[in-house]
Amino acid sequence: MSAEGGPRYIVVGGGLAGLMTTIRIAEQGHRVDLFSLVRVNRSHSVCAQGGINGAVNTKGEGDSPWVHLDDTVYGGDFLANQPPVQEMTEAAPEIIYLYDRMGVMFNRTSEGLLDFRRFGGTKVHRTAYAGATTGQQLMYALDQQVRRLEDDGLVTKHEGWEFLRAVRDDHGVARGIVAMDLASLEIRAFRGDATMVATGGPGMIFGKSTNSILNTGAANSNLYQQGARYANGEMVQIHPTAIPGRDKRRLISESVRGEGGRVWVPRDGEPWYFLEEWYPAYGNLVPRDIAAQAIYKVVYDMGLGVDGQEAVYLDVTHKDPHELDVKLGGVLEIYEKFMGEDPREVPMKVFPAVHYSMGGMWVDFDLMTSIPGVFSGGEANYEYHGANRLGANALVSCTFDGMKGGPRMMAYVDALDGHAADQPQSIFDSAVDEQRQRLAAVQALTGDENPYDMHQELGDWMTRYCTVVRKEDRLRQTDAKILELMDRWHRIELPDTGQWVNQSIVFTRQLWDMLELARVMVRGAIERRESRGVHLRPDFPERDDENWLKTTIAEWSPDGPKLSYLPVDVSLIPPRPRQYKKDIR
Amino acid sequence: MADESHAEMDIEIPPPGSGTRQPEGTVRLRVKRQDAPDQAPYWQAFEVPRYPNMNVIECLMQIRRHPVDAEGRETTPVAWSMNCLEEVCGICTMVVNGKVRQSCSALVRDLEEPITLEPMQKFPVRRDLVIDRTRLFDAYRRVKAWVPIDGTHDLGPGPRMDENVREEGYWLSRCISCGCCVDACPQVNPDHSDNPQAEGPATFIGAAPISWARLMNIHPTGAHLADERYGSLMGPGGIADCAKSMNCVAVCPKEIPLMESIASMNRQITRHLLVDWLKD
Repeated sequence: MSAEGGPRYIVVGGGLAGLMTTIRIAEQGHRVDLFSLVRVNRSHSVCAQGGINGAVNTKGEGDSPWVHLDDTVYGGDFLANQPPVQEMTEAAPEIIYLYDRMGVMFNRTSEGLLDFRRFGGTKVHRTAYAGATTGQQLMYALDQQVRRLEDDGLVTKHEGWEFLRAVRDDHGVARGIVAMDLASLEIRAFRGDATMVATGGPGMIFGKSTNSILNTGAANSNLYQQGARYANGEMVQIHPTAIPGRDKRRLISESVRGEGGRVWVPRDGEPWYFLEEWYPAYGNLVPRDIAAQAIYKVVYDMGLGVDGQEAVYLDVTHKDPHELDVKLGGVLEIYEKFMGEDPREVPMKVFPAVHYSMGGMWVDFDLMTSIPGVFSGGEANYEYHGANRLGANALVSCTFDGMKGGPRMMAYVDALDGHAADQPQSIFDSAVDEQRQRLAAVQALTGDENPYDMHQELGDWMTRYCTVVRKEDRLRQTDAKILELMDRWHRIELPDTGQWVNQSIVFTRQLWDMLELARVMVRGAIERRESRGVHLRPDFPERDDENWLKTTIAEWSPDGPKLSYLPVDVSLIPPRPRQYKKDIR
Repeated sequence: MADESHAEMDIEIPPPGSGTRQPEGTVRLRVKRQDAPDQAPYWQAFEVPRYPNMNVIECLMQIRRHPVDAEGRETTPVAWSMNCLEEVCGICTMVVNGKVRQSCSALVRDLEEPITLEPMQKFPVRRDLVIDRTRLFDAYRRVKAWVPIDGTHDLGPGPRMDENVREEGYWLSRCISCGCCVDACPQVNPDHSDNPQAEGPATFIGAAPISWARLMNIHPTGAHLADERYGSLMGPGGIADCAKSMNCVAVCPKEIPLMESIASMNRQITRHLLVDWLKD
C-alpha cells in the first residue's frame, strides 16, 4: 500500500460524510489529508439521536428500497432528483450492516438480529438504532476506522483547521485548498487532486438551532462566494420538538414519538391531542414540516401554548420507564439534565427549532459541485431530501455520500491530465495571499458593533420570518435587515486583537459568510411562489408543480444572489398530492 | 387543518426582539486565565446577568458580548471550547468549582458562587480554558481501539449478538472522550509535551482507553486484536498503575463502569499470561 508520489486527496469535515469518504479512499491505498475544525469525533454527527434508515425488512412488513425511495421523495414533496435517492435507498441496508460489522452496538431482537423502530413519515419499522445516541455510535465507529488508517500512515489529520477557499488553476479546476490554523491564524495552501467538502449544515445562521456551534455553513458560503452554485437554499427543516434554551435549542428526537410519545396542549382543562385529531392516519408521526406547522397554528394562532408560552407538551409518561431507558435513554437524559424534570413523570415542554438544511451545494449525480475537482457530501449538499427530510434519513444520506463520494473522486482523478503536484506554485501563493488580505481586513476593522450581538440579531430575524411561516413582506424586511447587518459588519470592533487562539477574529469572518448565505435563503424563499414541504407561503398556499417543480440555483454576484432554476428528475415516481390525513397510496 | 393547502396558516408571528426576558440579578464567576502556553496563569473575576436555567457556557457567552471584568475594566473575552452543548461532543470540559465536567450541562442554579472555572489539569493549556487532549487520542491508538474489518465493501450482516451482551457494550460505547477520568486520576501526571524539559516518567494511560479496549474485546471481530491490546496495557504506564482511587467513576458524566472495565481487562490479561506460561 505505497502511496508516495501518487494522487492526493483532501477531505474537509470530520462528520460521517467526511470520515466515510476518507475511509473509502485510504483503504484503496491513497493518501488523504483530513481537515476539521475540531477533533473529528466531536463533529455535529454525534448529535443525531434516533437512528438510521434502511429497508432491511426484518419485521415482515413488506418494506423494500423502493418503498423507502417512495417515502423519501413523497416526504420531500417531490423536489429531490429521484435517481440519486434510489441509489441511496438501495445501498441503505448494506450501510447498516457495515456499521454493524464495525462494532456499532445497535439494539437487538431476541434472536440477536438488529432491531428496527418506526420514524416519522413512514408506516414500517425501518430505523436501526443504538439506544438514543445512534449518531455518536456511528461517528465513533468511523473515527476508529480512520484512526486505524492513520496508524497505517494513509491519513493525515489537520484538526483545528478551517477551510477558506478552493485553489483553482487557470482553467478553473480545483487543485487544492487554502486553510487556516485556528490557534495561530497561520494560512496555508494544501495541494490535492480532488477535494470533498462535507462540512454539515448552516443552522447557526438562525442563531439558536439544534445544530452545533460550528455549523455556520461558512465552508459552503466560501465555495458559493467563489462561484459554486448553491441549490434550494430556502429549504430549511424545522424540527417540531426541541427544548428552548438561551444558548441553543436542544433536540428531542423524533424517536420519542416513534416509541409512542404524544403531543398535546391543554384545552378547556383537557389534553387536546391535536396531531392525532388532525392527521388520523399518521397521528403523532406526521413528517416534521407538518408537525411544526400544526404546533405554530396551535400556539400562535389559537393561543393554546402551555402556560401561555411558546411550548407544547411531548408526553411519554404513559410508557414503561424501563423500556424508555433502553430505547430512549440518551434523549430523556438530556431533558432531565438541562430542564431538571424527569420526563418519565412529567410531560416535556417543547417547541419547533431549526434543524437541518435540505438545501446545500449543487452537485451532479457524481457529487461534484460546479467547481471541477470539488465534491460535496452530507448535509452540505442538496441531493436527497427535496423540500423536507424524513427522520433517520440524514445518517444514511451522509454515510452514503462517503460510500459513493470516495470512489467517484478516485474515478475523477484517474481521468485527470496531470496532478496537483505538477501545478505551478504561483496559483497556491496567490490564493494564500488573497486569504491573508481578507484576514488582515478583518483584523483592521474598527467601530462600535459587537459580532456576537449582530449574530443574535440575525438569528432572531431569520428564525421569526424565514422558518415555519414565510410571508413576502416579512421576507423582504429580513433581506433588508441582512443588508443592514452587512453594512454594520464593516464597523465591528473586535473584542480581541491578539494573534493566538483569537476566537473573535475567526467568528467575525464566519459572520460575514453567514450573512452571504442568509441572503440566499431569504431570496430563494421570496421567489418560490408556492407552498412545498417546509416552504410555506400563506399567500401561495398550494404546491404548484406546473411552475415550481424545479430546483433553485443561487450564484454569487456583487449585487447579491443571482437566481435561476433547473428541472427536477422525477423519472421514477410521478408527483402526486402529498397529504397525511388518510392513506391514499 | 388541511395539508395540501396552507391557506389557514396565514398567522402572525411575534416580531424580532419580542419575548426577550429581563435578567434577574447577576452571577459571579472567577476564571483562571492564561494568555498562551508559556505564560503564567492569573485569576480574573466577572459578573454577568442571570437568567433562569442558564448554564456556564451562557455565562461565558455573556462575557464575550461584553468583555469587562467585575471591576468594570475592559478585557479580552475568555477563550473556551464548545460545540454540541448537549453533553455528547465532550469538547467543553473544564474544572467547574473544583470538579472536572462539561460546562454545557453545568447549570448555574446548582452551583455555589462565585463559580470558579479552570482548565483541565492534566492536559497542556493553549489559552484560558482551551486545552490539548492529544494524549487521550494517542492512547486510543496505543490500545488499537478499532474493529479490524476486511473493508467497506458489502459483506452482509455482522455477527449475531445477544441483546444482553449488546447492552453491556452499549453502556461502554457511550464514552464521549471528554477526558474527565484521565484528569481526575491521581496516577496521571500532567502532560508536559509542550515543554520536554519538564516531562516526568511514563504516566498511567487512564480509564477511558482501557474501557475502550474492553469494549473492542467484547465484539467478536474486535476480539481478534485482544492479544495486541493486552500487550499495549502491560509495562510502564499500563493497567497495573491503577491505584483504585475510583475518581474516574466519580467524574464520568456518562456513568460508565470504568472500574469494572479496568478489573475486566486485568482479569483478561492475567488469563492471557497464564495461558502463555502454560504453553511454554
